[in-house]
Amino acid sequence: MPKKIYILFASFFISCIIFFTALSTSNKSEKDVKTTQISLKDLVSNAAPNDTITLNGGYYPESGIEIYKPLTIIGKNDPVIDGQSKGKNIFLIKNDSVSLAGLTIKNVARHALWDNAAIRIDNSHQCKVLNCKFENAYFGIYLAKSSNCEVIGNKFQSQGSHESDAGNGIHLWKSGHIHIKDNVIKGHRDGIYLEFGKACMIENNWSENNIRYGLHFMFSDSCKYLNNHFEHNGAGVAVMYTHDIEMINNTFANNWGTAAYGLLLKDIHDSKIYGNQFVNNTVGIHSEGSIRIKVEHNNFIRNGWGARIFANSNDNFFGSNNFISNTFDIASNSRMNFNKFIGNYWSGYSGYDINLDGWGDVPYRPVRLFSLLASQQEPVMLLLHSIFIEFLDIAERIFPVLTPETLIDSKPSMKIIK
Amino acid sequence: MNLFIKILKYELNNIMRSKWVIAYFMFFLVITEVLFRFSGDSSRVLVGLMNIALLLIPLVSIIFGTIHFYNSREFMELLLAQPVKRNVLFSASWLGLVLPLSLAYVMGLALPFLLHGTSDFAPYLILLSSGVILSFIFVGLAFIIALKITEKSFGVGLAFIVWLFFGVIYDGLIMLIIWQFSDYPLEAFMIGISSLNPIDLCRITIMLKFDIAALMGYTGAIFEKFFGSLFGIGIAFSMLMAWILIPYLIAKRLFNKKDF
Repeated sequence: MPKKIYILFASFFISCIIFFTALSTSNKSEKDVKTTQISLKDLVSNAAPNDTITLNGGYYPESGIEIYKPLTIIGKNDPVIDGQSKGKNIFLIKNDSVSLAGLTIKNVARHALWDNAAIRIDNSHQCKVLNCKFENAYFGIYLAKSSNCEVIGNKFQSQGSHESDAGNGIHLWKSGHIHIKDNVIKGHRDGIYLEFGKACMIENNWSENNIRYGLHFMFSDSCKYLNNHFEHNGAGVAVMYTHDIEMINNTFANNWGTAAYGLLLKDIHDSKIYGNQFVNNTVGIHSEGSIRIKVEHNNFIRNGWGARIFANSNDNFFGSNNFISNTFDIASNSRMNFNKFIGNYWSGYSGYDINLDGWGDVPYRPVRLFSLLASQQEPVMLLLHSIFIEFLDIAERIFPVLTPETLIDSKPSMKIIK
Repeated sequence: MNLFIKILKYELNNIMRSKWVIAYFMFFLVITEVLFRFSGDSSRVLVGLMNIALLLIPLVSIIFGTIHFYNSREFMELLLAQPVKRNVLFSASWLGLVLPLSLAYVMGLALPFLLHGTSDFAPYLILLSSGVILSFIFVGLAFIIALKITEKSFGVGLAFIVWLFFGVIYDGLIMLIIWQFSDYPLEAFMIGISSLNPIDLCRITIMLKFDIAALMGYTGAIFEKFFGSLFGIGIAFSMLMAWILIPYLIAKRLFNKKDF
């Protein structure tokens, strides 16, 4: 019997060894898959339409990944796709319903001729880019002729030093109904750029330290901009040749420099600017050729110029805004004025309110003579804070001769408007 | 030298006891403190102070300087009857006036700043030193006026006009020139003409140190480029030194030659 037990024991022992070696070899083969990693290009080309590829970590030194079928790529544990500054676009999406999520994409080749992007969505619809990270991208996400796409929760960080060697964070061209939300964009040329966009929704984005504009759009009608934050951008925010836009509850802050604007409006009409904060900009709002814009319930605080409105702007309405501690509240380049200012609060107002209805009894003239002179002859600006200029301003205030007669707030608020 | 210090000491004692200098000191103290309380932001305080300092320091220095010189005339005549060199007497009474005025200004600004602290150290130092330089310059001018003109009321009136010219009229002329020659590039000319006036020169060098320089646009950028360079700083500095030295030397020469 003991012999049998020995045999049993030995066979058990041997089978254990076989089992464990098998287990360990099977482990080894799995590891091999990881180290000799399948390329992302192969994964994409082998996938069937509507497949979901899940990348669990990993490093993919690839670019030029082209997607011609509806596909979802989800990254878990921070997979990195590194373009190594070679080739063209890292992802090129040419089909509807492609989603990318949770990927880190970095080092897009900078090129003077091609607008290489980390993700380029070309002529495709219902695409999504969610929660991705873009590091040192030339262009981050480039949408061309695409619609109904979502760009949500992404982070962009680039290190361009000149306008010429930097691309835009989110770039839209001829695209409509795009939803851009919760993105953080830093160090690009323009944070968000739209050209020929339509009915896009841009909300809760944070655009900071970009070389040129935090937000820049042209010919992009009927778009909405809500709760965005634009700070420290080379030239602030510029919006041009567009109508029916709404800019609500955005913050434009610290855009300071000789050619920086909080918000530059050029040929914008029938739009609404409501509840925004303009803080510490060289110019809060610069308006050239804007028509029928309603500017209400905004705060203009500590800007060089609260608003600079050229005489080719007309039928604009400024109401219920707070103008606090700006060097100049309003500047204009002409005695003509076709805009209305009613019921704003001006920290420079020194009038009185006898009947205590909350509105000042004397109209307020927000245009200082000096700012008018300076906008006609720029070198005059050198006399800023000169005693002569102070005297001139006082004289003009008492007996206005040169400043626009009609540019007055006939009902200035006595208290800061909440 | 011994004598110089003796006279300077007497002058300093004399001036320090004068209510004017104390009022001058108190004024800057209170204004700085009030500006701090109401605006809190030290760069705003500095801009406010710049306006006041550029208006008041030249005015007080030149008016107070002329009046003081007229008032101490008898004392000077008395001293000149003693074996005292004219050079020594003049330098001592010049310094004896300039030092208390500068001190009053510096102390008046420094105490509140020490109390509240500031992050804009460079513009603050420039503001302080330009105030001191302006005191030096306008006391020199005051002495010239007082030496040239014996009639006191006329002298004080002329002092006021000189202040009016540098503080107000000069800028008006600059503006007129800008308007008349607006078709020409004026930037280089503007640099030249504004560094000829010490008040303008101080105002611009202070302002270029603040953020508001960005408001001055293209012309401001050119000024910043010029006065930001070592060459420009050298020019500005030597211009101001010349403005101190030349009136001082002229007044001294007049004093040495004057028949009391």
